[in-house]
Amino acid sequence: MTVSPTLDNRFREAAAAAGLLDVAYDLAETPVGTLLVAATDRGLCRVSFDPQLEREAEWLAQAFGVRVLRAAKPVEAVRRQLDEYFEGTRTRFELPVDLRPSAPFSREVLRRLARVPYGEVTTYGALARAAHRPQAARAVGTVMNRNPIPIVLPCHRVVGADGSLVGYGGGLDRKRLLLSLEGAIDQPLDM
Amino acid sequence: MALHLPPFESFYEEHRDAVLRELRRLLGSAAAAEDAYQETFLRALRAYGRLRHAENLRAWVLTIARRVAVDQLRRRERPPEAAEPALDRRPAYAELGELADGLPRKERAAVVLRYGYDLSYAAIGAALGSSEQAARQAASSGVRRLRRRMQ
Repeated sequence: MTVSPTLDNRFREAAAAAGLLDVAYDLAETPVGTLLVAATDRGLCRVSFDPQLEREAEWLAQAFGVRVLRAAKPVEAVRRQLDEYFEGTRTRFELPVDLRPSAPFSREVLRRLARVPYGEVTTYGALARAAHRPQAARAVGTVMNRNPIPIVLPCHRVVGADGSLVGYGGGLDRKRLLLSLEGAIDQPLDM
Repeated sequence: MALHLPPFESFYEEHRDAVLRELRRLLGSAAAAEDAYQETFLRALRAYGRLRHAENLRAWVLTIARRVAVDQLRRRERPPEAAEPALDRRPAYAELGELADGLPRKERAAVVLRYGYDLSYAAIGAALGSSEQAARQAASSGVRRLRRRMQ
């Protein structure tokens, strides 16, 4: 006997509504592929490209608590704002974020990153200076690479001092696509 | 052994079919099993963060399911909401109610529920907050009182 989707969903939504979850996650279809989005009661805590669900759930459980469950409602606002962003009607995310698993330096850098406006780019060095660690451009690169909430915390807006795109956790094609969506660079050739 | 609980999602996916099967076996109807299914996993979720073991989670969740099923069966045994009066030779509820109006409160309730609504004494006792025996006594002394009055 297998559980029907209706019954399954009813439980998931009831669990979320009762406030029993440490983390709720769901998948979102976007022009940069399927994303996993996850939130705690404090806010958005994870966006991931090409998610492997079991590994992601393990990571979320380690970081926030074992009561991790897929449920749509708690991440509804995230999905809606992502849709609007990809439709070009949203230039700022209005979402609280939960960065508890990040180290203090990472949190500081990510907070600075959040202020880099739509359609603009900054550099690793500039971000290091903004975080009062002017020598730490390389460390900033590592923080960008491990950004738990890409797109919403816009690490795609960080480029090399010479303007080269350098790298991106989700792959350079995605960085190019996001920057061209925002009008920061010319249209990419394919994608 | 170190405690390593899987994320609730993995636990839930692994055991949900077995839980539903067990509930169907215990409760019979699909609808009853589905109500109990949700309750079972909500209880499991409440306890999950505090679990001190990660072994035999299947047995653990089936124990919860059985408790939920037993609770549900107990609720079923409670008196049903008053049914429509039975259509038979006994006086219709309206008549009976009027007839019984002069009886003491408890006797009146017992007479109306027994002869108007055809409830068992056990159910009447539960509805009145007394025992089956007390309900039987209240109904029969109500009937005696009515007989005396009609003579």
